[in-house]
Amino acid sequence: MVILVLVKPVPDPEKYNEIQIDPQTKRILRQDAAAVLDPASKCALEEALRIKSEVEAASGDARCEVIALSMAPQTNRDKILECLAMGADAGYLLSDPAFGGADTYATSYVLAEGAKAILAAEELDAFDLIIAGNESADGATSHVPVQVAEWLGLPHLARVCELQIQREGAEGQEGAGGTPVIAATKKTEEMLLTFRCEEPALVAVTRDINKPRHISAMGIVKARKKPLTIWTNDDLKLDEAKIGAAGSPTKAGELMTPDLSRGGRDLTEEDGSAADAAKAILALLRKEGLGA
Amino acid sequence: MDFRFTEEQELLRSAFADFAKEEIAPYAAKWDEEDYVPMGIVPKLGEMGIMGVFVPEEYGGAGLGHVERCMALEEVARYSAGLAMMVFTHHLGVAAILDYGTEEQKQKWLPGMCDGSCVCGLAVTEPGGGSDVAGLKTEAVLDGDTWTINGRKCFITNSHCAGVTVVTCKSGEDEKGRAIMTTIAIEKGTEGFAPGREENKLGLKGSFTGELVMNDVKVPVENTVGEIGKGMPITMKELGEVGRASMSAIELGILRGCLEDAVKFAKERILYGKPISKLQAIQFKIADIRCDYEAARLMTYNAAAMKDAGKVGAEFSMAKYFISEAAVRAARNLSEIMGGYGVVNEYAAGRYLRDAICCLPSCGTSEIQKMIIAGETLKKW
Repeated sequence: MVILVLVKPVPDPEKYNEIQIDPQTKRILRQDAAAVLDPASKCALEEALRIKSEVEAASGDARCEVIALSMAPQTNRDKILECLAMGADAGYLLSDPAFGGADTYATSYVLAEGAKAILAAEELDAFDLIIAGNESADGATSHVPVQVAEWLGLPHLARVCELQIQREGAEGQEGAGGTPVIAATKKTEEMLLTFRCEEPALVAVTRDINKPRHISAMGIVKARKKPLTIWTNDDLKLDEAKIGAAGSPTKAGELMTPDLSRGGRDLTEEDGSAADAAKAILALLRKEGLGA
Repeated sequence: MDFRFTEEQELLRSAFADFAKEEIAPYAAKWDEEDYVPMGIVPKLGEMGIMGVFVPEEYGGAGLGHVERCMALEEVARYSAGLAMMVFTHHLGVAAILDYGTEEQKQKWLPGMCDGSCVCGLAVTEPGGGSDVAGLKTEAVLDGDTWTINGRKCFITNSHCAGVTVVTCKSGEDEKGRAIMTTIAIEKGTEGFAPGREENKLGLKGSFTGELVMNDVKVPVENTVGEIGKGMPITMKELGEVGRASMSAIELGILRGCLEDAVKFAKERILYGKPISKLQAIQFKIADIRCDYEAARLMTYNAAAMKDAGKVGAEFSMAKYFISEAAVRAARNLSEIMGGYGVVNEYAAGRYLRDAICCLPSCGTSEIQKMIIAGETLKKW
């Protein structure tokens, strides 16, 4: 079994005050921004690693390889190293100035092409499963996972909060030797919905699906020996009209800082006594539709 | 000259920091308040690779070095210097076994010490003193294949939780009547060997400090760590290098706590209509803490890198002396920045100060460090 995990570096929340935005393009200057691995990406990787350990524990011969893939500036090589230290078997970073400035459409295109290139490089027919974080802590569009699935022609399910690989026997009975089936549960406002789908498929997981493991010193040492590949567009040879800013139909409009100030009114000065102020507050609340 | 950590070391620091923020930070104040030793966290420290960070992989460790070990101690001490004391003393005993132990001892004890199932200790100090190692009175007499040990150790970190304690004993006298020392590992549960009084400390709560009592303790000669009669250089080397670099890292963690808390408080506390960070008097104190922290950082990791490179020198003592004093200074500065808030236990300033003061005598007082520094300086310059 081979699981591809899409991961994304995002600006470090503890250093948001250091983020620079290009006034012309209105994009974050990611090259200079202190980054961390997106929390949802970590959940996606944790889910893949959990499945890997279950698959390998179920049968001594079974192997499950977890591959991490990201598109980001090369300064984020360490985020792929982090994935390897967490337990991924291999990591790929797609990094080229030509990929910069991409919206979700162009990003998903590059990731999908990267995924195909990994299949070719690893001599695989297909990934059995692709897992991604449902939405990143920065853009939070939720677009990329499903777009990648569409580019690859795979079934997909977003907002997954529970994921199982089940084995179905010939008569639809669950059994160790049967066809693997992805059982993914998503949470709606009304209920939990479980979908079942044969491999391969893409699922986008929410952050409540698991608690990602800590990276250990031993994991970091093991990561030294794991393959970490960086591909530029010289390797992928993608049409420059389809990637980066040129391949992005989304154009940023105006940037503005919302006014969150909360101006107060001193009703005692306006109306005299505290009792009058209380009446005035009541009247204001009623005006807003609150209170009887 | 490049003072940057490697990509791998930065990742390691970030991993240790995440762990400390999640597993230590929320509980540190409670451990301090209740003087509670969180033994439940030890297996997690093992899983993280912190207990055996510098132990080769073949014995269950991470196979990294003392720079990485000091990173772990700094990150743990950032939130709980007491817990870091437990880890550091464990490292001290582990280092003695790793550097001087037999292959059988390493295979027997190190895997458990790395995974956190066995805490290690190193016992030197006695009621008569700690720095006067030659004056120790705990006596080990070898009869055939068995040591018989009698004596009492005090102020021993991990006294009440160590599975194995490396004990420095007097095993004889030379022709001039000077003590011959031997280091011997004693396992928990050995008849006649038991912890005595547990100390109620000013700070560094979250770790056991207490007595170890030895009454006719019978230990096989196979438990001798290093050569018989070489206990003095073994003890001095481990305390002097692993010990002082470790104490520097723990004090560095306290310093970072002071720095982070001082900046946060100064930006949030409004006086005269503006944050107190705008006041020069506050800025001067923050500048002092920052300088102490940056100098401490360089000295700590220089000492650790020297240990990794197999170099010896007074730099270990310089780091311990400077950073011990700097941590006390920084904690006082923080307390003064915070005014009344600096002396209420709701904030960590008081804990930092108590912890910093308790660090002063560990692995040698400032005066002992200055004697070593002056000795080397007068010889070399």
